[in-house]
Amino acid sequence: MSTTGRIVTVYGNMVTAEFEGAVRQNAVAYCQRSDGVRLMSEIIRIRGKLADMQVFELTRGLKVGDSVEITDELLSLELGPGLIGMVYDGLQNPLPEMAEKIGKFLKPGNYLKALDRNRDWEFTPVASEGDVVTAAENLGKVKENIFDHFIMSPFTLDGEWKVKKMAKAGKYKIENEIAVLEKDGKTVSVNMIQRWPVRLPLGVYRERLLPTQPMVTKQRIIDTFFPVMLGGTYCIPGPFGAGKTVLQQITSRHAEIDLVIVAACGERAGEVVETLREFPHLKDPRTGKTLIERTIIICNTSSMPVAARESSVYTAITLGEYYRQVGLNVLMLADSTSRWAQALREMSGRLEEIPGEEAFPAYLESSIARFYERGGIVELKDGRKASLTIGGTVSPAGGNFEEPVTQGTLKVVGTFLGLSYARSYARRFPAIDPLESWSKYSGIIDGKKVSWAHNFLRRGKTIYEMMQVVGEEGTSIDDFVTYLKSEFLDNVYLQQNSFDEVDAACPTERQQYLFEMVLDVLKHEFTFKDKPQARDMFFSLTEQFRDWNYSPWQSDKMKENEKKIRSTLNSREAAHA
Amino acid sequence: MRKYYSKIDNIAGNVATLKADNVGYEELAVVEGSWGKSLAQVIRISGDNVALQIFAGTRGVSTGDKVSFLGSSMRFSFSDDLFGRVFSGGGEPRDGRTELTDNLIEVGGPAVNPAIRLMPHRMIPTNIPMIDVFNTLVEGQKLPIFSIPGEPYNELLSRIALQAEADVIVFGGMGLKYDEYLYFRRQLEEGGAMSRTIMFIHTAADPVVECLQTPDIALTVAEQFAIQGKRVLVLLTDMTNFANALKEISITMEQIPSNRGYPGDLYSQLASRYEKAVVFEEGGSITLMAVTTMPGDDVTHPVPDNTGYITEGQFYLKNGVIDPFGSLSRLKQQVNGKTRDDHRAIMDGCIQLYSKCRETREKRAMGFEMSDWDNKLLKYGESFENEIMDFSANVGLYDALAKCWEILARHFEPRETGIRSSLCDQFWPKRD
Repeated sequence: MSTTGRIVTVYGNMVTAEFEGAVRQNAVAYCQRSDGVRLMSEIIRIRGKLADMQVFELTRGLKVGDSVEITDELLSLELGPGLIGMVYDGLQNPLPEMAEKIGKFLKPGNYLKALDRNRDWEFTPVASEGDVVTAAENLGKVKENIFDHFIMSPFTLDGEWKVKKMAKAGKYKIENEIAVLEKDGKTVSVNMIQRWPVRLPLGVYRERLLPTQPMVTKQRIIDTFFPVMLGGTYCIPGPFGAGKTVLQQITSRHAEIDLVIVAACGERAGEVVETLREFPHLKDPRTGKTLIERTIIICNTSSMPVAARESSVYTAITLGEYYRQVGLNVLMLADSTSRWAQALREMSGRLEEIPGEEAFPAYLESSIARFYERGGIVELKDGRKASLTIGGTVSPAGGNFEEPVTQGTLKVVGTFLGLSYARSYARRFPAIDPLESWSKYSGIIDGKKVSWAHNFLRRGKTIYEMMQVVGEEGTSIDDFVTYLKSEFLDNVYLQQNSFDEVDAACPTERQQYLFEMVLDVLKHEFTFKDKPQARDMFFSLTEQFRDWNYSPWQSDKMKENEKKIRSTLNSREAAHA
Repeated sequence: MRKYYSKIDNIAGNVATLKADNVGYEELAVVEGSWGKSLAQVIRISGDNVALQIFAGTRGVSTGDKVSFLGSSMRFSFSDDLFGRVFSGGGEPRDGRTELTDNLIEVGGPAVNPAIRLMPHRMIPTNIPMIDVFNTLVEGQKLPIFSIPGEPYNELLSRIALQAEADVIVFGGMGLKYDEYLYFRRQLEEGGAMSRTIMFIHTAADPVVECLQTPDIALTVAEQFAIQGKRVLVLLTDMTNFANALKEISITMEQIPSNRGYPGDLYSQLASRYEKAVVFEEGGSITLMAVTTMPGDDVTHPVPDNTGYITEGQFYLKNGVIDPFGSLSRLKQQVNGKTRDDHRAIMDGCIQLYSKCRETREKRAMGFEMSDWDNKLLKYGESFENEIMDFSANVGLYDALAKCWEILARHFEPRETGIRSSLCDQFWPKRD
């Protein structure tokens, strides 16, 4: 049931309308410009007969008295087969198709269907007539790329319904009826499309589980030192130039996960373009298919309207929840959550709400918490496990982590990967600060060993700082060697060369193997006659380990390099004896 | 039939409010009084109350002045007649020539669909070695010049205007001192670039509101040329003045400031301008360079900080040179692998040695003894600064690379440079 209203106030992207009848909070409305263009909006506050709306487009040209069509539907997405590989804006308009239909510029008032109505899908029924189903149970499946995309009973179904009619195996389009459900004489026709409001968590499952299985990113510093779990959450705060986006891109390429949803939220268009142009050509080593076949891109870059930026992260997370419902392990990357928070702040300012810290709204923290809480690993109704992992970057003003968005995020995530400008400046990539970051999860390597190794980094830093004051001369050789060991660990294990074909991705087995080798060096008791000799030793070890890192797994070159490493270590031992 | 309103209710800052009906958001109006007349733009409508931002400021505006609405948002005439012209920040001719009225286009239109953008992939030679060799400028890039007031940023900008390859140069000056404007104009005229240049000049004496319009008009014109397939270079100076104008207006409008008085949407405001940088499939492009002065050399100040998150790197002007450490062209990797084999090696090698030279200088300042190696580094640093870093050098990329090799050879043995031996064999200058 929709109602109409009239515009009474226009201010930036906020419009207030006077309405008659009933209006739902967060419902979609359309402001009609006098030239007929309809601008999509969302109701965000209702006061008496006045509804405040955020408009998802430029509000230029709207007038007082222009009519507003207020629908009864909340801002929702179209869910169904055909989402993978798509590039959407924050409101789920397919961008390449928009370019074809309306040209180079995103002219306001153009909305397209998210899913292709004409594509045929090879449907196989799973349920049979007479079965009893509840919400989100599998009725059938289609093949979407390499995945079984289960077609489920409606998520909003209440109670038990009987399958009255079931389509036979064959080709269907998404709008074709594939089943009819019946309860108490009422019937529901089911096709392959479901709609879900973006601001409500989508989760119809048996139970939510504790994340226990690591999500392998193939980045050593993450997997070994600051692991992330399937169904866990992590954040990457860092100043500009520290490599947040690069880290997100590397993760989206190499992570061992079924589906990646990239939400480019208020960031540079150029970065999305890179993903957009390269992913169709890059191979996913696990499946042999291109990366775009396991990716969905939600793209609301910094010059696109702010209100749509705010909703774009919800769009991305809802898509993630949907594919978790389908049964996949999904990774959702939001870059950057600060831009989303700024969109909240802009709107809050327009609503003249009493501001909190740095003018962010008082509900910032709870909004962040609700967002990250939508991740998680679950047991679906058919017993399969599926997960949604969330990784968000944070762009703190001035690189200072003591600001509301970073602090609000740190409270709710399981892993904190803090990027530091100092490491990026020193070209130590990925520039994750090993002394500031933390993880609440356990990873692919025994935690005791990891913290033993991590301790070297801490001591190394203390010694380094001391050396700045007393000079190398004033440092004992034992301390000096500890410092060299910490540098060695940093150089050969924490740092990874994303431009090298082999080193860019370090799988679990290789990490475990390398970690033992590195431990051997850290444990090794060297006796040096002076510091230059010690430095020399670690120079050669570092170089040999790097060569090892660059040689393909189990190749002759790798074995050869390993032999060199062993002999370097042994030679020192010989000298020791 | 144009309707006139003759009662202004409130006047504060640059904003006047009056009662009017059938007015569109962001519509333009003309305010006329005994003081003259000015354009104004609708920035808020609430019932029949309309808030107008008056371009010329409100000084002298009377509550009895006449206001009429033009029925459209800001437009600007676009044609090839623009070449060589100078306009004010609000788009009025500043060169005493006629006003242009043909082919009006909307200023500040919607964003480009990201799906049709191309990755920037062509180098723009500037003949400034610190840019070409070490932080290559790429067509379609957006890059600010971070600088403290007093650095020669305008000299750098005008050198880039004259030396960079571009079909069209659009220059936007915001809050310029009058003599800076004259300086730019003379540089462009003397360098013979004026015939492919269009200037939009807002001087410090002009009304603040026009400062807000300057980048929008400049970028709209640039966008039109880019659509025609032209390679456009947009130079803006100084974006900090633009941000300060935003601050002034938003505080007048009683918006809650977020950080040091700047409005909460500073990031979006800056981004929607910078993001006009683009490469189209048909070949047209906009490359954007903008001076951002940093109050107190503080890179965490809201303006440079937000800018850094938006742009693709920055040139950092310090002590009269482009600082090789703070500066970064994020897109250089897209092009510097395709120029010449030794480009990347020279880029890394020279900077690593120079960074060691700086460490050595610190050591020397603390009174440590200098070894032979230290002395080599010190001498190298001096040559590097005088012959390469000085941006008055006007040399092409290959000559600049040759110069780098020559300096390396003057001070070091090949193995001391850390450059791959195969490259040294090929490029190391032979001594007689």
